Order: sequence, then structure tokens, then C-alpha cells
Amino acid sequence: MRILRAIFGHGSGRIGGVIVGVYLLIAILGLVGLTPHNPITQFRVDRLHAPNGAYWMGTDLFGRDVASRLMAGIGQSFTVAFFSVAFATLAGTVLGLAAAWLGRRWDGVVMRIMDVLLAFPAILLALLIVTVAGPGTWTSVVAIGIVYTPIFTRVVRGPALSLKAREFVDAARTFGSSSSYIVTRHLLLNLVAPLTVQVTLALAWALLTEAGLSFLGLGTQPPAASLGLMLSDSRNLMETAPWLMIFPGLTIMISILGFNLLGDALRDILDPRMRRVPA
Amino acid sequence: MTPLLSVRDLRVGFGRDPQANEVVRGVSFDIADGETLAIVGESGSGKSVTALSINRLIDFGGGRITGGAMTLKRADGSLFDLTTAAEPQLRAIRGAEIGMIFQEPMTSLNPVLTIGTQIEESFRLHRGLTGRQATAAAKEALDRVRIPDAARRLKYTPNQLSGGMLQRVMIAIALACNPRLLIADEPTTALDVTVQAQIMALLAELKRETGMSVIFITHDIGLVAGIADKVMVMQNGQAAEQGELSQILDRPRHPYTQHLLHAVPHFANGSATRVDGQRDRGESTEPALKVDGLVVRFPLKSNFFSRATGAVHAVDGVDFDLMPGETLAIVGESGSGKSTTAKAVLGLVRSTRGSFSVGSRKASAERSAKPVQMVFQNPYASLNPRLAIESILAEPVIANGGRMDSETRAKMASLLERVGLPVNSLQRYPHEFSGGQRQRLCIARALMLNPSVVVLDEAVSALDVSVQAKVLELLVELQREFGLAYLFISHDMAVVERIAHRIAVIYAGQIVEIGDAASVLSKPQHSYTKKLIAAVPTIDRRREHFEIDTRQVPSLVRPQGFEPAPARWERFGPDHRARVEA
Repeated sequence: MRILRAIFGHGSGRIGGVIVGVYLLIAILGLVGLTPHNPITQFRVDRLHAPNGAYWMGTDLFGRDVASRLMAGIGQSFTVAFFSVAFATLAGTVLGLAAAWLGRRWDGVVMRIMDVLLAFPAILLALLIVTVAGPGTWTSVVAIGIVYTPIFTRVVRGPALSLKAREFVDAARTFGSSSSYIVTRHLLLNLVAPLTVQVTLALAWALLTEAGLSFLGLGTQPPAASLGLMLSDSRNLMETAPWLMIFPGLTIMISILGFNLLGDALRDILDPRMRRVPA
Repeated sequence: MTPLLSVRDLRVGFGRDPQANEVVRGVSFDIADGETLAIVGESGSGKSVTALSINRLIDFGGGRITGGAMTLKRADGSLFDLTTAAEPQLRAIRGAEIGMIFQEPMTSLNPVLTIGTQIEESFRLHRGLTGRQATAAAKEALDRVRIPDAARRLKYTPNQLSGGMLQRVMIAIALACNPRLLIADEPTTALDVTVQAQIMALLAELKRETGMSVIFITHDIGLVAGIADKVMVMQNGQAAEQGELSQILDRPRHPYTQHLLHAVPHFANGSATRVDGQRDRGESTEPALKVDGLVVRFPLKSNFFSRATGAVHAVDGVDFDLMPGETLAIVGESGSGKSTTAKAVLGLVRSTRGSFSVGSRKASAERSAKPVQMVFQNPYASLNPRLAIESILAEPVIANGGRMDSETRAKMASLLERVGLPVNSLQRYPHEFSGGQRQRLCIARALMLNPSVVVLDEAVSALDVSVQAKVLELLVELQREFGLAYLFISHDMAVVERIAHRIAVIYAGQIVEIGDAASVLSKPQHSYTKKLIAAVPTIDRRREHFEIDTRQVPSLVRPQGFEPAPARWERFGPDHRARVEA
């Protein structure tokens, strides 16, 4: 609750928060099927209609309602983004903490593997994994998750190493606290702030990567809707039916802007140096 | 005669609304040529802000001068208004007319440039010297601050010099252009006591040589005694009292000055040591802690693949025992191995050799799972900022298989009350407490497991003197109440005098002198102990002169397989012995 109030007290946080909130709402509506039309139904007589009262954002080559497909697509893309970021956060946190806490050989092995993963451009690595495992929603989740794991590992390992050397960790050792207690209460609890910021930013990247995979035909499979797929379909009709491209393109752009603004705001809000000491 | 610097009703504020956030609220003083003014105060009193306002460095820290006047008499006799001057004019004043040295010599110098380059810069900027001339001037400057072998040291980078050496380099830079006013902001706080004595002696000598004026800022009123002509005591941004040195020290009028003087440890060569709980030789009680032949070495490897080429002998054959209810102070300077000894006792550092035995407590008290507990130096780093006090205090109990039941809660409440904190503290977080309160929390946490030995590693060093005195009182009370044995690690002789029953002086990883506090402090036998005791600044010995001693601590790096010669001891009393010097 306090965090929400702080976000709305922050300039870019307010804008980002509203954008992300609206998108979440649309995503849920799209997922439960509360769209103006069925996103898959083909209204053959109404092919390639420009936006009008019945079809707010027009119809595509097969006569499907663009607005409905967009809502379903946002739902689909958000699902992939959330699960893949959850995967990356979990895996990255565990690996990062393990590397920092166990040190020595573990640290070396884990971080070198992460370096190898980081050496590939995100989309290329995701493509590689999807090609090997076969396209589909859940393979994209895993692929995007693996791609962003190294970033979380690094975000966790650095601060964890510095926390490990703090006196309260030494103090905990003198009481005989167990490793798991020290790692969860003394390390992880102090990592919540940087992780929150990273999650917000990673959601934006994951959305973009998912759109990229679908665009290349390796993500969500037709006839299901997805933002990248819609953009891909619109390529050949760019001149005759520009609305097919404009709406999904804008949707992606604004959602990423929203997540980035929210991430920036959270970074400021969760930074203890920016926090006012309560009277 | 016009004073060199005249400050009238100075007001300085911070932030967007400097008028509302005033840190310095109406300070006035004058300094004549060749005079030394000491500004004394505890943290947050506004003493540093006052000093930084004089050369207007405060502008860079977000501060604004909101009122008052500061007038500097320049070398040519003209008057210069420091409050309204523009930045380019101020740049000509800084360094040339007003020099400054800071608290942390290690961070005040650029680590990637040689000290020669950094000293030359000052000559280049203010006197237009270049090339060989500048180098010669830099060498001269180093000679002036008594750095031996100056020509070679010019090519050193800061990491190759000790803290004391670096502070001398800082002084050399500050004095490069013969400023007529030197502002020294806690110049010795980060240094060891013997090094502090050297720097103080150097400042006093340079002042005599050059006839400059000095503004000396410090939290230690004892340090002021040897150097100042006038003293200003600051509290909450105002001058609580100011006047001549002898008047302030001998006849303080303001209650705050009296309080400060009372709180300052009156180091008196052992006459103020504790007389309670002296060792009773007849009784054969088991020691609470016995350390035998403790050795801690850290292997040195030149790179990952090669074998160890030598070792740092951090602790080299230390033995002592500690009786219940007794305080053994381990005294030494940084790098002497005193903290490593403490950490080895607690198992935070692996000992290479040696044995410990922790004796049983008296039959009445319950046995503790972890009989040795520790209180750390930095109260800000030793409490997890994200946990409520309740969780922090419960941790030792939970770690040892206990649980958060009514018994634990009752114990937390009673310990909190015992260390003088309100019971509602349990729901609060560490940042809501001051440094002294946090240290009380750390003490309460250490006592949660009913330890028989508490290791106090510089436990009061980070606190202001008045807070320090209260925490020491608390420690003594707790010791009597629970029969605790303290291993008190400290560099501060004056603090040690008030809490220790016995003192062990440690130097280069070895105990050089050990015995009852009164004998060690009043009749020190080893040359290092003597030097350490002589270096302690006190009000009582203000008329004694400091001497410059440039000896360096020997390196602790030894070749592989090196074993020190066995110690030979000479006895000087029933409980007082010192290592025979080679």
C-alpha cells in the first residue's frame, strides 16, 4: 500500500503505473475472452475493413477483429513475459546467491556459464533454444527465461557478496546461525529492492523478445493471437491496411515505455538514500 | 590590529530551503596571525560545516550561507569578503591563502597519480612552476613535513604509503603555497594514536616555523590541549562557549563544556583503573577463557598457480587467560593483530595453530550453547537494516534451536530494559536508533545466549565521548551483574584505563607486555608500551611536548616456514611481565 502511494507520488511512476495497470486489465479481459468479438472468428464479408464503429481497429485479411485479437494478444504476450521473468528471477536469484555464498569454485563455474549465456544477443539465444525445442508458448517461456537468467544472477551476486562481508553476517555466524537462515534473512531480504526494479525492467525486455519470436513464427502459433504474430501478418499489407501494423506496433511501444517508467520510479523509491526517515 | 580572519554571525543552511534547515546558527570568532583556534564538538554540532564555509567548499556540498559576514585579511593587507566572493576569486584564495587538510588521507589523494605529481600540481597552479622547478619544490615540501628519503618517495603512489605518511603528504600539499591560514578538519581521527602524536607534533612545529594560523577541528577535547590558543565549543550549530584555552579547560562555564570535559577520559597513567574484582590468587577458579599459543597466518601467493611463497603472520603465538568477571584489554595499533585474535577466538578466522578452552560457568547459571559472544565496532553495519529489533534479538536464540515463545519474549524485554532502551523498541527498525542505542542493542543481542565471555571489538570507538562514557558504564554494570568476562579490544588507552582489570599490549602479532592495568599503565616496561602511553593526548599533560618519531611498524610478511624465536619474559610484579627486547 505504501509502495503504491509512493509510485503515484513519483512523476514518471504515475504515468508508468497507469500504463501498466491498464495493460494488465486488458490482458485479463483478453485472457478470459471478454473481447468485442471472438478473436479467431473470421467474418469473411468484412475483410480488411478500416477502423469503424463495429470494428474499432478494423479487420485483417481473414476478416478477424483487430481490437479483439490485440486484447487476446496482449493477454498471450503478458502471460509469456510474466512466466519467463518469474523463471529468470527464481533461477537467477538461486544461482546468484549460491555463487556468492559458496564462493570459490562454485562462483567461478556459475559465473562463467552466465558469461557464456550473456555473450549471445538475447533474441539469438532465444531463437536457438526454440529451434532446438520446437516452437510453442511454453518453450518460449523457458527460452526467454533462460536468456534473462544471467542478468538476475549478476544483479544478485554483486550485492550478495558485499552483504556477506558486512558485520551483521559475521555477528550471525558468532551465534551459530545456519547458512540457510543467513542467506534468506540477511542476504535475500536486503536484495528485495534491486530485484523488484530488475523484474520490472525485465518484463519490458521479455515482452519485446516474445514479440520478436512470434514475429519470426517461433512463438505463439496461429490461429492464436500474439502481438509479434500480428505485426508479422501485417507486413505485406502495410500500404493497403496500415491499421494492421499501427495498432500492434503502438501497443508494444507503449507497454515497454510503461514498464521502463515504472522501473525507474521503483529504483528511486526503493533506494534507501532517497527515503525520508520517518519522524 | 585587524584579525586575519573575522567571522560574524555566520549562518549556513542546506537543501531547498536553507533558512529552514540551518546547521550553523550564528557563529562568530576572530583569528589573529599565528593563532590557533580549536573548534570542538560532537558529531552533528556543525563544526565541520563552519570550517568548510570559510573557504566556501560548502557550496559544493549543497550548503548556502544564509547570513553573516566573513572577512579575510589578504597577504597585501586588503580585506576580502568571503561570503559574497565569486567562484573564480575563491579559487585564487583556496590553497594560496587558505590551505586545508581532511580527515581521511587515504581517500583525499588520487590513487592513480604519484604523490610527486599531486604535490607539483599545487605549485603549478598557484606559483606557475613547471618541470624540474616544480619537482624540486615538491621534494622540498616533503622534506618540510619530515618524510625521509623524499626524492624517492615522490615517485610513490598513495597505496605504497601508510596513513600517517599520506596525512603528511596532505599537509605538504596544503602548505605548498605558504597559506596564512590552515584548516585542519579532524586530521588525526583516522590515524593510530602514535601516528596522531607525530602529526600533532609536526603541525605544532610547522606552525612555529611559518607563523601561520590554524583552525583545528576535532571531537576530542583532550587533543586540543596541546595545540590550541583559543577554543570554541560548538553544540547544535552554535558556539556554546569560546575563549582562551586555559579558561575553557580549567574554568568551563557552560554546562555543555563541563559535560564534555567530564566525559573525556582523563588518562592518568593508571591512577583511574578499576579496583573491583581484582584477581584473587588464592582461589583456584577455572578461567572463563584460556588461549594457548594462538597462531594465525594467511598464506601469500603471487598468483593462482604458484605455491605459497610466504605468509602474513597476523597473530604469532599469543596466550592469555581470562577469569570470570574480569576484563582483559588487548591494546595495539591497526595491523597489530588484535582484531584477528578476537576473530580467531570466535572462529570467524581459522587459526593456524593453538588451542582455546572455554571454562564452565558457575553452577548457578545455566550452561550456554555459545559461551563466547561478540560486539562489533561499527553499530551501523552490525544490525541488518531490514529486520525489526524483535527478529534481530531473537536470531541467536533461534539459531540455537530455541523458539519465539513467551520465555524468549520476556528475556528480550528484560534485556532491552537492562541496556536502557524502551520496550516498544521491539517493533522498530535499526535506522530509528542512534549509534549509541544501536551499540546497546548489539550488547543486548550478545547477552541473549547467556554467554560467559563477551568479546568487545572496538565496541565504543565509533561513538561520541559522552555516549562512550555511558556505554562503558553499562558494560561495567552488566559485568558485575552477570559475572561476564570481557575481552576488550581497543586502540584507545584512555578507554582501556576505565574498563580493564588487566592489559595485554600487542605489537606485530605478539604480546609484548601483559599485567594488571595499574602496573602496565603506570610502570610500562616495554619500549612500545611506553611509546603508546606517551602518545595519548590528555588535558592533564597539555604542557608536555610531542616528539616526532618516524619509526614504522615492521612488516608482518615472513618467508615460508619462518618461525619466530620463543619469547623470553621478564617479571616486574606479581602480575606484570614484559617480553625481553632483542
